[in-house]
Amino acid sequence: MPTIGRVTSATLGAEGVSKRFGDREALREVSFSAGAGERLAIIGPNGAGKTTLLSILSGIQEPTAGRVTHPPEVIGWVPQQPAVYSKLSVAENIRLFARLENVPDVEATVARMLELTSLADRAGDEVGKLSGGNRQRVNIAVGLLGEPDVLLLDEPSTALDPRQRELLWDFISSLAHGGTTVFFSTHNVGEAERYADRVLVLADGELLFDGPPAALIGDQRDFEAAFVSFLHERGH
Amino acid sequence: MRWLILKDLQILRRSPLILGLLLVYSVVLALVVSQAVDRGPSKPRIAVVNEIPPDAATFDLGPEEIDVNEVAEELFRSIDPVRAKTREEGLEKVESGEALGLLVVPADIPQKLAGAIQLSGGDPPSVDFYYEDDNPLKSTQVQSAIKSRIADANRAISQKITAEAGKYLGFILRGGSFSVLGQSFDVLGLENAERIVRAVQATLPAGSDNRAALERVRSFADLAAQNLDLSEELLNSIGTPIRVNERKLSSSGNAFYSAAALAVSLMFVCVLLGAGLLALEREENAFGRLVRGLVTRTTIVVQKALLAGLLGAVAGAVILAVLTATGSAEASDLPTALLAVLVASLAFGALGVAIGGVTREVRAASLVAVLVLLPVAVLGLIPSGTVSGAADDTIAAINALFPFRPALRGIESGLTGGDLPARLAHLSALALGYGLLARIALRRFA
Repeated sequence: MPTIGRVTSATLGAEGVSKRFGDREALREVSFSAGAGERLAIIGPNGAGKTTLLSILSGIQEPTAGRVTHPPEVIGWVPQQPAVYSKLSVAENIRLFARLENVPDVEATVARMLELTSLADRAGDEVGKLSGGNRQRVNIAVGLLGEPDVLLLDEPSTALDPRQRELLWDFISSLAHGGTTVFFSTHNVGEAERYADRVLVLADGELLFDGPPAALIGDQRDFEAAFVSFLHERGH
Repeated sequence: MRWLILKDLQILRRSPLILGLLLVYSVVLALVVSQAVDRGPSKPRIAVVNEIPPDAATFDLGPEEIDVNEVAEELFRSIDPVRAKTREEGLEKVESGEALGLLVVPADIPQKLAGAIQLSGGDPPSVDFYYEDDNPLKSTQVQSAIKSRIADANRAISQKITAEAGKYLGFILRGGSFSVLGQSFDVLGLENAERIVRAVQATLPAGSDNRAALERVRSFADLAAQNLDLSEELLNSIGTPIRVNERKLSSSGNAFYSAAALAVSLMFVCVLLGAGLLALEREENAFGRLVRGLVTRTTIVVQKALLAGLLGAVAGAVILAVLTATGSAEASDLPTALLAVLVASLAFGALGVAIGGVTREVRAASLVAVLVLLPVAVLGLIPSGTVSGAADDTIAAINALFPFRPALRGIESGLTGGDLPARLAHLSALALGYGLLARIALRRFA
């Protein structure tokens, strides 16, 4: 398995992580590590184990075997489905989770997050009445409340239109530049190529590739073709 | 349409848990209800005190000796008697719930019964029946049951009296000698009178009269009329030789109705709230975010149960205030009633959270809550001891496992000054138990 571009100052990683659900093996001895400020894309076909890996890294699930290495104190988690209360307003959601995160200045944090997500003009609207894209922005804002060292995003751009996606990736890139390590899973391999420093290719719970997008392309015409060819060569 | 039916059947076949639950639910419910109906109050559990001294239990009815103890045993055979030596001991059994009522056969009943049958005047024979008037459903059922049993005993005595009355009628018809109240009577009898009159008629010339014979006929007519008067009185005593003196031990007025209304309202409010609040965390996908170090699963269980319970208690307080304003509850009982409402609400809230934890979806939680609560409420309103055998044990077990019955009794105790600490302890234990169940369910909740 290629392992190009590893960083030395590891902030989060996995060491032989496996996860079983009954007879099904969702993850098989997955190992990697990420450095500060890195953007890692986790890609793979449906059922590859992307969400399972992210949920183990976030602490929601325990691995059946192996361990998560160098877990920082605060890990931001942005699940695929918005994990916010639809009957609360945008500001109320951010305020609630800011309080639960024991953020020092709650109101200043709420204002900053509304600014970051460009939702200040929708602050009083119920989340349930927002579009899917705006709901996802609230979801991300809540994930960032603890000013985490590591941010985990599970298919964050799924419900967003192209303009919102662009804003999202600009925002994520700015976080990474600030030293936040960002993991994201995506089905859009083009996003992985454009916005990730490294890609982790998972298939049937097995980590098949760990390296920069350029290393996966090789002599293929584009990243998506290279990705499909790579999986095909390995029997997936 | 058949394709839609086939599709639905396929879906049902692939939902064995739901199908199994519905099947088990309907079977268990049908069994419990049928047991309760089939084994109705045929043998109510009633404390009995027989005050008749063993050597004073008999009296004579004509040539026959009647043993009142035998009559009493006949009465006891129709109930599930809980023997007590004294009235005080019997009353304790009623207060403790061991018996539904207390039936006392007074020491003077043989004399009174003999007097009634021998037409010597005096008070009619009666038994004393004590029962608690705290639960109108129970007291109605118990009154009905004991009156039925007394009617059985009266019927048995009536058969003996009827036989004796038949002998008197025989004297009137055929004549003979008998004694009543120490006086001997020689009765001609209607048949003899008829023969005499016919004989006199045959011997007398037209227009002549035999004064002595006619006088005898007149005397008989007079005596026959008196005997008929006696028969009327005797027949009256045959109908209800034994009367029942009903004595209410306590009267809580509308406390039972108030407690029942409160318990039902609290149960639905708190359980549905608790179940919905927890299931909503999962439906909003927020549960996973919350338990990632923000709060513990135990905190979530406690918070949901507390919130559901406190909101229910607020609703309960409002209902209590209305009941007090309308005179259905006493203002002096409000503090204890409120305490009972609060603890009951917390137990209901914990039950709701457990249901929410197991079902994991708001709609499923609401459906399961209603499916569970309706039969629990019905069974909780069946007075203990009014059904017998396995049905009573099953109902008692269900009532002990769910907070409805303890809440009903607790609120009632709060309104009437009953045994509140025991009810509160029961409700607290249930709250803890359901809280634990909810916490276990949250292990696979996300």
